[in-house]
Amino acid sequence: MNGPMAAIGARSLYVWRRDFDVYMKTWKVNFFPPLLEPVIYLVAFGSGLGTLVESVEYAGRSVSYAAFVAPGVLAITVLFQGFFECAYGSYIRMYYQKTYDAIIATPVSLEEVVTGDVLWGATKSVIGAVLVGLVVVAFGYAPALTPVAVIPIAALAGFLFASMAMCFTGIVPNIDAFNYPIFLLITPMFVFSGTFFPLSTLPDWARTVAGLLPLTHVANLTRALTLGAWEPGLLVDILWLVGLSAVLFPLSVHLLRRRLIQ
Amino acid sequence: MSDRSPRGGDAAVVARSLTKRYGDLVAVDGIDFEIPAGRCYGFLGPNGAGKTTTVRMIHAGAPITSGRIEVFGLDVAKSPRAVKALIGVAPQEDNLDPDFTPLQNLVVHARYFGLPRAVARPRAEELLAFLQLTEKSHEDVRALSGGMKRRLILARSLMNTPRLLILDEPTVGLDPQARHQIWDRLRALRASGVTILLTTHYMEEAAQICDEILVLDGGRVLVQGCPAELVRQRIGERVVEVWGDVERVTAFAAERDLPHEAAPGRVLLHSNGGDDLLGAIRATFPDAQVTSRPATLEDVFLKLTGRDLRE
Repeated sequence: MNGPMAAIGARSLYVWRRDFDVYMKTWKVNFFPPLLEPVIYLVAFGSGLGTLVESVEYAGRSVSYAAFVAPGVLAITVLFQGFFECAYGSYIRMYYQKTYDAIIATPVSLEEVVTGDVLWGATKSVIGAVLVGLVVVAFGYAPALTPVAVIPIAALAGFLFASMAMCFTGIVPNIDAFNYPIFLLITPMFVFSGTFFPLSTLPDWARTVAGLLPLTHVANLTRALTLGAWEPGLLVDILWLVGLSAVLFPLSVHLLRRRLIQ
Repeated sequence: MSDRSPRGGDAAVVARSLTKRYGDLVAVDGIDFEIPAGRCYGFLGPNGAGKTTTVRMIHAGAPITSGRIEVFGLDVAKSPRAVKALIGVAPQEDNLDPDFTPLQNLVVHARYFGLPRAVARPRAEELLAFLQLTEKSHEDVRALSGGMKRRLILARSLMNTPRLLILDEPTVGLDPQARHQIWDRLRALRASGVTILLTTHYMEEAAQICDEILVLDGGRVLVQGCPAELVRQRIGERVVEVWGDVERVTAFAAERDLPHEAAPGRVLLHSNGGDDLLGAIRATFPDAQVTSRPATLEDVFLKLTGRDLRE
C-alpha cells in the first residue's frame, strides 16, 4: 500500500484503548443516555403517536407503529453515537486537549490516531445499539437475539458515521461550525430516512434523495432485523454503506493530515 | 566542533541544509548544526526565529522541505517511527490528557511506545517520585498548578527512557523555585547520559544548563558555541551602563575605541576590565548614573538580534 493508508497499523488500537479507558472511567454515566433515550421515544411514539397511527404497512405486512419505529430508534442511535463521538469528541481531543499532538510525538502516526478514534466512534455505535436493542426487546418489539445480531450492522454503520464526522473535524474552522453539518445533513437524515415513517409515503423525488442517505440503509437493515423481514435487496443496503465508508474513511484521514501535519 | 567527523559519529542530531517553507515564508533557511550526544544544547532566538519549527522537524512532527536530519544516525524522513521511539518530547503547551490522573497519563503514554503495563507502572511511579509528584499521582490533572503540570509533562517525556530529550520552553511562566527544580532534574538527566535539546527565551536558563547554544534569527544561524565563551568573545567581561547624554557618551566610547551599543537613554560599554574605565567615565560625566556588571548571554543575544520587537 502507498499513501497515507500505508502508515496505519495495529498501533491505532492504542488510541482506541485510550478512548475506551476514558469511557470506562464513567461507564455508569455513559450507559445511561443510550438506555433512557429509546424509552422516551418508544413511550412517546408507542403510546402517544401510536394511538393515532394504529398500524403501518411495511414489506407487505401490517405492523404496529411502535414496532415500526423501534428499529428506527436503533438506527438513529447508531448515527448519533458514532457521529457525535468523532465530531465534538474528536475535535475536543484534537483542538482543545491537544491529545493528538501528544500521541503523534510517540511512534504512533496521525493516520493511526484518526483510525483509532474512528474505530472508537464505531464502538460507541455498537454499545449504543446493544443497549437500545435490550430496551426494544424488553418492550417486546424485537426478537430476543436482536442486541447481539445488531452488532455487525452497528459496527459497519457506526464506522461510516464516525468517518463522516471525522471529515468535518478535519475542516470545521471552530467547534460551533459543527452546527452546519448537523443542521443541514444530520437532522434531515434523522427524519427522512424511513426512521419515523415509511418512505413509501413520500413523493418519488424525495424517495430518491432518501435512498442516497446512508441512514435509510441502516434503518432498512435494523428493520429487517427486528421484524424478521430478510430479503436479497438488503445486500444493496450493505454495499452502499461499505462503498460510502470506503470513500469517507480515507478522506477523513487525508483531511486530518492536511489540517495537522504542516 | 572541528574535532568531530562530518557525519557526526558521536552526534545525537545532525542537520544539513535544513529548510522549512510555509508557502512563501521561509521559516528555516538551510541551517546546519550538530548536537553532541550527552550534552545539553540550547536553541535561542526571538519569536519567529524558527526554533520550534526546527525542533518539530527533529522529532518528525513537521515534514522537512529540503535538507536532512539524522537522529543517532537514523534519517528522520525515512524512519520517523524509529526516531520517535528514541525521543522524549515536552512541548510548550499543556497537552496532558485531562481525562486521566497523572499516573494514568504516564501509563497511557507508555502504551503508545508499546511498553507493557508491568514495565510502565513502576516506571511511572519512579518518575513521579523523581519529579516530586507522588502525592499528586491520583489527583485531577486539571487541578495541578502550572509548575506541577510542567513537571508532569517532563515525567511523561521520560516514560520511554529517551536517548534524546526535547524541551520546548521548559520553564516558561514558572516561579523561581519551580524553575530551579526543573533545572536540577535536567542536570541529573544529563549526568545520566541523556542528550537534552531545549528552546528558551531565558538567557539565564541557557547560561545555567546549556553546554552549547545556537542562536537563530529569521530562520538562519547567527552563532553557535559555549555560552561563557560567546559572552567573552562577543562582549567581554563586563558591561558598563551609562545613563546620560547618549551622544556624548557614544563619542567618548568611540574616541577610546571601546565596543559599545546605544540604547534608549543609555549607552552600554563593553569592557575587559584592566584600565580604570569606571573612573574615567565618572570623571568625564559626573552627573551620569553608571553601573558596572558582569557581561551576560543576554548582552550577546541583544547585540546579535537587535532590540526591535519582533511581533
